[in-house]
Amino acid sequence: MMLPAEIIKGAASLIMGMGVTLKAFFMPVVTTQYPRETLELPERFRGHIKLIGDPDVPDRTKCIVCMACIRACPSGTIKKIEGEKKEGEKKKTCTEYMLDFTTCSQCGICVEVCPVDALDFSHDYNIAVHTRAECTFDLVKEYEKRK
Amino acid sequence: MNWIIDLVGKDLMWLVAGLVGVIAMIVINTVILTWVERKVSGHMQRRIGPKEVGPYGLIQAIADSLKLLGKDIITPGHVERPLYFLAPIVIIIPVLVSFVVIPFSSFLQVKDIDVGILVIFAFSSLTVLSLLLAGWGSNNKYSLIGAMRSVAQNIAYEIPLLLTLLPVILMCNSLSLRDIVEAQKDVWFVLYHPIPFLIYFIAGVAETNRTPFDLAEAESELVAGFHTEYSGMRFALFFMAEYTNIFIVSAIAAIFFLGGYQGPILPGIVWFFIKTYFLVFVIVWFRWTFPRVRFDQLLNFSWKILIPVSFLWLLICGGLLKIL
Repeated sequence: MMLPAEIIKGAASLIMGMGVTLKAFFMPVVTTQYPRETLELPERFRGHIKLIGDPDVPDRTKCIVCMACIRACPSGTIKKIEGEKKEGEKKKTCTEYMLDFTTCSQCGICVEVCPVDALDFSHDYNIAVHTRAECTFDLVKEYEKRK
Repeated sequence: MNWIIDLVGKDLMWLVAGLVGVIAMIVINTVILTWVERKVSGHMQRRIGPKEVGPYGLIQAIADSLKLLGKDIITPGHVERPLYFLAPIVIIIPVLVSFVVIPFSSFLQVKDIDVGILVIFAFSSLTVLSLLLAGWGSNNKYSLIGAMRSVAQNIAYEIPLLLTLLPVILMCNSLSLRDIVEAQKDVWFVLYHPIPFLIYFIAGVAETNRTPFDLAEAESELVAGFHTEYSGMRFALFFMAEYTNIFIVSAIAAIFFLGGYQGPILPGIVWFFIKTYFLVFVIVWFRWTFPRVRFDQLLNFSWKILIPVSFLWLLICGGLLKIL
C-alpha cells in the first residue's frame, strides 16, 4: 500500500520532470542543418596540417624545407617534401609537400618541431573521398588554392 | 424529392452530412496530430523536427500518408483471415461513432443523444475487441502478447475512466454531452472535481495506449505489439484510430471538466479546439517526459490507487448532493 506522502512526492517529481521538458521545448534548437550550415570550429580544432604563408612574401609559404617535420613524424604521414632555392633568396622555397592524411594521428609533433612555425592545424573537416589515394594531397597546392 | 425527406426526415440528411464531416475530421485530425507530435517531440529534444517538406514541414504528414497509401499490403501466411481482416475495420467504428455525439459548439453537433457519453463508452469498449482480434489473428507471438497486455490495460483503466465522469453526471443529472457543457456556463467542473479530472486524464492516456502506458506496443520489447503484422493502409487505420482516440479523450475531458465550447469573446468552436488541442499537447508532452512503467506497476496503479480514489470521490460527491 502506498502512503499518501509517497504519492505526493512522486507526483511532485513527475511535475518537475514535465518542467524540464517544457523548458527544453521553449529553448532554442541546437541542430545544425549541416550541408547548408556549418559550425564555427574552436581554435584548438585539429584538422590535417596546413602550411602558413610568409607574411612578407605572400607567394610562398614559411616552409624552408629543413625536413624536421618529416623526421619527427611518428607514423610516416609526411611522404615527401621538395624545395628549391630561388635566386636572390637565402631560404629554400617549398614546392611540394605530400601529406598522407589516412595515417595521420594528429599528434602535432610536426607543428611543434617546425623551427619557423610554418605548420598549423587547418579547420578542414569535410574530407570525403572514395579511395585512400585521394587522401594524399599536396599542401603547397592547397596553400595556393587557399591564398 | 420532398417525399424522400418526408420519409427519412431531416435527421437522416443531417446524419449523412455529419458522417462525411466526421470522416473528414478524423483524417484532418490525424494529419495534424502526426505533424504536431513530430514537431513537439523535436522541440522537446531541442531539435527542429520535420522541416524539409513544405513550410515548417507542414506537408510532411501528407507525404507520409501518400507513402502509406502507396505501400504494398502484405498478408502474412497462416493468419486467421476473418479476424485479421476485421480488426482494422472494427477499430475505426467506435471512433466514428464517438464523433457523432461530440458537441463542437452550441450548434455544431451531428446528433445530441440523451445517452451521449454512454454511447461513446459502449463503443469504445469495441477497441479492446479489435486489438485482441488483431493480436490473435496475426499469427505472431509478439502481437498476441501485445494484444493481451492491451486488453488487461484497457479493462483496468476503463473503470476509473467511467467512475471519474460519474460525479459530473450526477451533478448535471444528464448523460447528454450538450447538457453537461451547458451546465458549466458559470463554473467549470474541474474546480469542483480536480482529482477526478486528473484521474480521468491519466486513465485516458492509458486508454489510448500512449507513453508512459504504451505497453501494448512497447517497441523495444514487442516490435510494434498488436499491429506488427499490418502494413500499408491497414496499419494506417490503427494509426488513425490511435490519434483520433487521443482527440476524443481530450475532447471528453474538455467537455466534462473544462467547459467544452464555453468561453468568452471567441466563438464556441474555437474554445473547444483550444481546450482539446491543449490537452492533446499535454499527452504528447507526457510522452517525451516520462519513462514507460512496468506492467505490474501499471495494473497496480489502476486497481490500487485510481479506482479506490475515484470510488471514494463518487461516494463523497453523491452523499453531498443528497444532503444539499
